[in-house]
Amino acid sequence: MRTEADSARRGHRTAGDALRAPRIGVGLLSSAVLAYEVLLTRLFSIVLWHHFAYMVISLALLGYGASGSALTLCRGAVEKRFRVVFVGAAALFGVTSVGAFAVGQRLSFNPFELLWAPAQPARLLLLYAILAVPFFFAATAIGAALSVCRGGVSALYAADLCGAGAGSLVAIALLTVASPHRALALIGAGGVLAAVVAARELGRARAAPTVVLAAVALAVALAPASWIAPRPSQYKALSQALRVSGAEVVAERSGPLGLVTAVANHKIPFRQAPGMSLATAIEPPEQIALFTDGEGPTVVTRSDLREPLPEYLAYLTSAMPYAVLKPRSVLVLGAGGGSDVLQALRLGARGVDAVELNRHVVELVSGELAGFSGQLYGRRDVTISVAEARGFVAASSKRYDLIQVSLLDSFAVAGGGLYALHESYLYTVEAFELYLQHLTPGGGLAITRWLSLPPRDTLKLANTAIQALARCGLPAPARHLLVIRGWQTTTILVLARPATSDQIARLKTFCAERYFDLAYYPGIALAEANRFNVLDTPVYFEALQELTVSAHRREVFLQRYKFFVAPATDDRPYFFRFLGLRALPELFALRARGGMAMLEWGYLVLLGTLAQALLLSVALILLPLLALRRRAPERCDERRDGVTGAADALRPSCPTRGLRARSLGYFAALGAAFLSLEIAFMQKLILFLSHPLHATAVVLTGFLVFAGIGSACSRRWSGGHAVAMAAAGISALTAVYAFALPAAFSRLLALPEAGRIAVTFAVLAPLAFLMGIPFPKGLEALQRLRPALVPWAWGVNGCASVVTAAGSTLVAIHAGHRAVMLGAAILYGIAAALYPGRGQTSGGGA
Amino acid sequence: MRSVAPLLLLAAVAAAIVADAADDGEYAARRRAMIAEIKVDVVATAEMLKRESLDARVWAALERVPRHEFVPPEEQAVAYENRPVSIGHGQTISQPYIVAIMTDLLNLRAGARVLEVGTGSGYQAAVLAELGCRVFSIEIIEPLHAEARERLSRLGFDGIRLRHGDGYYGWKEEAPFDGILVTAAAGQIPPPLLVQLAPGGRMIIPVGSSFFVQDLVIVDKTKTGELRTRQVLPVSFVPLTGAH
Repeated sequence: MRTEADSARRGHRTAGDALRAPRIGVGLLSSAVLAYEVLLTRLFSIVLWHHFAYMVISLALLGYGASGSALTLCRGAVEKRFRVVFVGAAALFGVTSVGAFAVGQRLSFNPFELLWAPAQPARLLLLYAILAVPFFFAATAIGAALSVCRGGVSALYAADLCGAGAGSLVAIALLTVASPHRALALIGAGGVLAAVVAARELGRARAAPTVVLAAVALAVALAPASWIAPRPSQYKALSQALRVSGAEVVAERSGPLGLVTAVANHKIPFRQAPGMSLATAIEPPEQIALFTDGEGPTVVTRSDLREPLPEYLAYLTSAMPYAVLKPRSVLVLGAGGGSDVLQALRLGARGVDAVELNRHVVELVSGELAGFSGQLYGRRDVTISVAEARGFVAASSKRYDLIQVSLLDSFAVAGGGLYALHESYLYTVEAFELYLQHLTPGGGLAITRWLSLPPRDTLKLANTAIQALARCGLPAPARHLLVIRGWQTTTILVLARPATSDQIARLKTFCAERYFDLAYYPGIALAEANRFNVLDTPVYFEALQELTVSAHRREVFLQRYKFFVAPATDDRPYFFRFLGLRALPELFALRARGGMAMLEWGYLVLLGTLAQALLLSVALILLPLLALRRRAPERCDERRDGVTGAADALRPSCPTRGLRARSLGYFAALGAAFLSLEIAFMQKLILFLSHPLHATAVVLTGFLVFAGIGSACSRRWSGGHAVAMAAAGISALTAVYAFALPAAFSRLLALPEAGRIAVTFAVLAPLAFLMGIPFPKGLEALQRLRPALVPWAWGVNGCASVVTAAGSTLVAIHAGHRAVMLGAAILYGIAAALYPGRGQTSGGGA
Repeated sequence: MRSVAPLLLLAAVAAAIVADAADDGEYAARRRAMIAEIKVDVVATAEMLKRESLDARVWAALERVPRHEFVPPEEQAVAYENRPVSIGHGQTISQPYIVAIMTDLLNLRAGARVLEVGTGSGYQAAVLAELGCRVFSIEIIEPLHAEARERLSRLGFDGIRLRHGDGYYGWKEEAPFDGILVTAAAGQIPPPLLVQLAPGGRMIIPVGSSFFVQDLVIVDKTKTGELRTRQVLPVSFVPLTGAH
């Protein structure tokens, strides 16, 4: 098999060939950039909210696209002074990565004022621009290397991918051992060190610049905390709690899952009792609030083993299942500070298993706050596990009288629709089936949510329960449902057996004594449904009737209702997205008339990100193209640095005819397809690996490293043939995975964690290996045909990745992850058809 | 020269007075425009609010209170837009449409005693005072309390009683109250406030975040002391389409 590298060696050697490719420098820099991206998301989740952080950083990644434009426009200078450009850009990445965050977080950007305060969009644009700077420098260094070091593209791209793969592990490791801001400084220093290494790789480095760069790296690593420590927005719950006199931070823990801050206030204590009944005058005991990334809080309630447990817990809607079922064994999913565990013990449970994802929360409650909490997580009748809830249930063989899913999100966050993009495998039809399988015959599954008007969460939960019960083979699912509402919360209880008259009688007594309303039980009458917390119309009762009376009425209701309350599934795990596209214009028009609260920010942010990414990408792709067109019109008789001669213009198979359009399609398709598969697999594997962190680390590392190996191996194969084979393989594997993996994973879920990670790598390896081939093959073809287009293609690929990050999420929300995977398979097919070297007669084309 | 100086000074003072008057006139015009806008919104939301318009006294109160004085100087230009405005310390002054609705829903006669939990800028307290109510207001954030005290005093709202502290326990010495407005509810309705609500009185709790009110919870205490809640959605959004 002839290789393109051979071809380059034979007759087309240019200045770039003489350069030694800075592979280690590229690898280190890529590692730092990916770690930086993870860190930046973490830091802006603390400063702002997760989904605004997502938007800001997505757009900042257009720095990659901008670097492509800049390299295209300054190609001559970059070729002449490549060493200075690479080392300088890498070092500047290191310095500006820290500086951009320090400046960016001081802009006082408030996303909630975006729609009406003109200063906010301006600040947002400035924030994008500032954060794009480090990405621009990093991409400039890597893009310049790919563009200038001809003959080494495959190896360089392999170094880029493998370095990035290692970067995800570096980020998680740093976040485990250091505070987020110190991790940021260390990553910045890593960027500068990459410059030092590259300087040595690219030739004999003089001592003075090396010493200067090393000093800069040290200075970046030691950047003062006062410059770079995250400053949460004044509108975050933590900031507001700390403004109250007497508030003090009593403990703090930082990790990859978030910054947990424990706040006590002995002067004006926290008293969180969501939706507590008006029928009681009980005052909750003092509490300590635990904020994660400045949001929440979940609370630790003061209790004492020698005294009765707090009584207020019996006056929440979440106490209803205890009155109806009188459970003895309880599983609490999402234990947090322990309120639900305390409630279970207060209401008669003999044994409580509790699951919490964030080990720092458990460590705080079991450690510094153990005395305050009455040794809650150390009691003999309480077993606390640090695990992902669904994975814990799947791996457990125990059955429970009650499985209780806590209120896992704060009211402000839930009310603002900030979780609309948040995938949750806790509330899917498949999850409900799993929970039902882990109930004792008389048991129940209970979920408490914030009350929303018009109803959303509760309807979706009821709908999900009905589907899960039907899939379990139960003939009359509606007979298993009990729903109540208070003035602020609703609780739904899904019973393993149809509700009995005794249980219904206990339900009625519980509600009447606490001024809670019945929203649904089998046989409920309208007169019972709207007595204490009166709604203008009994919307909960009416909607639940429509959902339960018949399958036909349910379907009609789902189509007519302006919110999206169809059940979430493992393929579309977006429980928190309720805003339908058709309701969006109406709600937007009503924003000044009280409609603002119903606009879901998460969804709007996604649409905004996509729109902005598209606009900016088009600009970044077209501008350098226009400049190129002025400098060198695309004609076959104009071959300043290509492989063919003037006579090519006369040949109908001119290989460069339409090269720009083909390259645009090829590299855009590759960027979109690669990222789509990466995102889709990360989502699929959260469930299989039972932990979002493990999924991120394994998928990113697996994808990038195996793709890097694929790229390194691809140098041996001819371009067109290799691309066609790779695309066919990727499409076939993706199609098989899309349909076969969910079932295979559910069978293998019982494997120990090491086994599941090994299975994951085995699944990813062949796919990622093939995915590493098309990009370097395309670049090599461009280097032969039209080197001026190489940096532009690099920019196109970067822009496509940014657009895809938002676009694939939108597709996943509306059509599911399987659709994203199948779309990626099609894109690889399109890319193969557009391969820039197609029709080329020399240089190893197919 | 000596005789010209006093004349110039006089002219400067006169110019300042004229400018102030022009400012006042401009703000008054903006206030009227704001009220006109809210009136349209209320009509549009009539089905949800169960009323076509608000009490005339509420409109009059809104017209008298200089809202621009209750926001930071840099926000004065937008003080009369129908939207919440940041007042620092992580707090906002509510959207005027929501202030109007809450004031109306409290349904207070002149001379009624009203407790506000969460003074904020003091704007809502000032509107209630303009209705002729005796207003007692508690703020948990000390700097906000101090700023509101200075502002209300400067604007002549001397009758409003302010206190810095925990609103959970209400203002026992001044109870009972005919109306209570809780703008800083933290996941529960404090039982001491329910005790301090007079029979026949009404409590209103805007539920939502700093910027967006999702719905209004109305707690009524009957003459016999029973409690009932009602929830009002302040937006004319009907989630069902088509005929039943």
